[in-house]
Amino acid sequence: MAEPLLSIRNLSVQFFTYQGVVRALEGIDLMIQRGEILGLVGETGCGKSVLARSILRLVPDPPGKITQGEIRFKGEDILRVNGKRLREIRGNEISMIFQEPMSSLNPVFTIGNQMAEVVILHQRVKRDRARAICLEMLSQVKMPDPDRVLSKYPHELSGGMKQRAMIAMELSCRPALLIADEPTTALDVTVQGQVLTILDDLVRRIGASVLFISHDLGVIAQLCDRVSVMYAGRVVETAPVEALFARPRHPYTVGLLQAIPSMHEERDSLMTIPGVVPRLIDPPPGCRFAPRCAKRFEPCDRVVPPLSEVETGHAVACHLYPGAPEDATRKSVGAGEDG
Amino acid sequence: MPPVIEAIDLVKYFPIYGGLFGRKVEYLKAVDSVSLAIHPGETLGLVGESGCGKTTVGYLLLNLLQCDRGQVLHHGVDITRLRGNALRKVRRNLQIVFQDPQSSLDPRMLIKKTVGYPLEVNGLARGSEVVSRVKRILAEVGLDEDHMYRYPHEFSGGQRQRIGIARALITGPEFIVFDEPTSALDVSVQAQILNLIKELQARHGYSYLFISHNLSVVRHVSHRIAVMYLGTIVEAAPRAALFERPRHPYTRALLASVPEPNPQRRHVLGVLSGDVPSPVNVPTGCRFHPRCAEAMEKCRSVAPVSLEVAPGHSVACHLYGPSESDGGTRRQR
Repeated sequence: MAEPLLSIRNLSVQFFTYQGVVRALEGIDLMIQRGEILGLVGETGCGKSVLARSILRLVPDPPGKITQGEIRFKGEDILRVNGKRLREIRGNEISMIFQEPMSSLNPVFTIGNQMAEVVILHQRVKRDRARAICLEMLSQVKMPDPDRVLSKYPHELSGGMKQRAMIAMELSCRPALLIADEPTTALDVTVQGQVLTILDDLVRRIGASVLFISHDLGVIAQLCDRVSVMYAGRVVETAPVEALFARPRHPYTVGLLQAIPSMHEERDSLMTIPGVVPRLIDPPPGCRFAPRCAKRFEPCDRVVPPLSEVETGHAVACHLYPGAPEDATRKSVGAGEDG
Repeated sequence: MPPVIEAIDLVKYFPIYGGLFGRKVEYLKAVDSVSLAIHPGETLGLVGESGCGKTTVGYLLLNLLQCDRGQVLHHGVDITRLRGNALRKVRRNLQIVFQDPQSSLDPRMLIKKTVGYPLEVNGLARGSEVVSRVKRILAEVGLDEDHMYRYPHEFSGGQRQRIGIARALITGPEFIVFDEPTSALDVSVQAQILNLIKELQARHGYSYLFISHNLSVVRHVSHRIAVMYLGTIVEAAPRAALFERPRHPYTRALLASVPEPNPQRRHVLGVLSGDVPSPVNVPTGCRFHPRCAEAMEKCRSVAPVSLEVAPGHSVACHLYGPSESDGGTRRQR
């Protein structure tokens, strides 16, 4: 397979607070191929957003610190590039859409002003040309009346329109990677539908890869090619989207899928995952899901299960699955020491 | 069986002040002629997008907001005219659980006080009686006895919502409004709270109004469902009928917009174009007509009335109106 666009290896991020060291991310392995949409799911506080921000080195330091690992983007380690190169990457080669469009647009500048700034800065074009690019992008996100929208202020647009303007802005430099951090969570369901359709169309057309962060498994199922599931600062499962929903392996993924109420059938009660997410100041020493897991057995409380492939492209970090049937077996057993 | 609570033609307009001398210049038409009834042991789900007036309906039913017109009947008595003691007596039977468990609990009150307060206010119990009833209700919602002596910040979101539920239940109400009780929670915790809400109903026969924007959640808890759009109920039906045979174009679009958690069933999500119009400048005729793919001439001028199309299934849409003199041309389009 070709070299992935982005590969994250063994990434750990910690926050040094007065209460202690919060181990927000630990040993994250993740990769994104060219042109694919990778979904990242997990519940509040599992580290999804910290991971997204680490990719652009946006984790505030202090208190946050990337303590180990590497993030290779087109072969280059983002954690080691200098400030100038980092500024070239941000917004140009990798761009990001945040959850709340109101707080990521500047209220005192017009949409046109903010959009043009990005284009002028990164593509070194004149104002007229930048304006033309902005108009073109706005019409690509199906913004009604793009000419007038350029001279409007963010508060004059509805939530869905603001988010569409953000998408237009972030894709105006044709980035290779778009990081979308819960881009539709603040929107109503019919507007969410519009925005997702536009996003999907546009990124496929310009061939950008997307890291799509969401807590909504429905959105993930509809949009993504592959999915990684996070729990308490670790990736617990990565698989192609069909495999993840049809054959989830990690007990946490299974629980998460069963906890969603169905649109098609009526059940008396929903499956639940007992207990609560652990505090990341003193996480469980072994598998972080072990205290809530019904299938817990001997090594779980002691040994961290490594992420290992159980079938092609489907990796799980769980002691129930000690490696793939054939070749990959060695990798996982080495760290597992079960028996 | 007579309904526990019944709303007849509720209207609530919020004035918007402006101009030189702060006169009323416009009205935000939050709720316009809403009627509904909730029977003993029944859950009515109320769905709609933000700003459609769901929460206002909930508040009007409890008389937390004064309606401009219409009636709210509790066992046949109109509670919108009640004041003082009489109102307080009724309110014991009508309770609410709010959306945000963070801001609906007083951060400086012990849980014992928060949960026991309704008893004291209503003079239902005092002293050790309050403590023992708080203990009992905490056990019922799945919390421990010693949680009484803690403050809200010591709890997780799900636990706080359990406290909110305990506070609503302690006076032994008949009817409870749940205003988006799980929208601030994660799915795994949401499932716990939804199960609790259903268990409590099975055990005690409460009636619920369950307000939510999440359709699958509403389907899970409700017996009947009403769909709101811009201050009016456009469709109401038993849950299975609403999901399997939705009639109103808005209901159909809403259902089609929900992303299904099944990658094998990918569907077009952006079925509805445009945004919800402002409730200040409500479209004439049918409020949905500017976004409706099936809009006809008549929809622009005449507001459709709600008609029963199947037992218990009513729709406010001209597509299902009785044939009139000009009905023939309509059918062909």
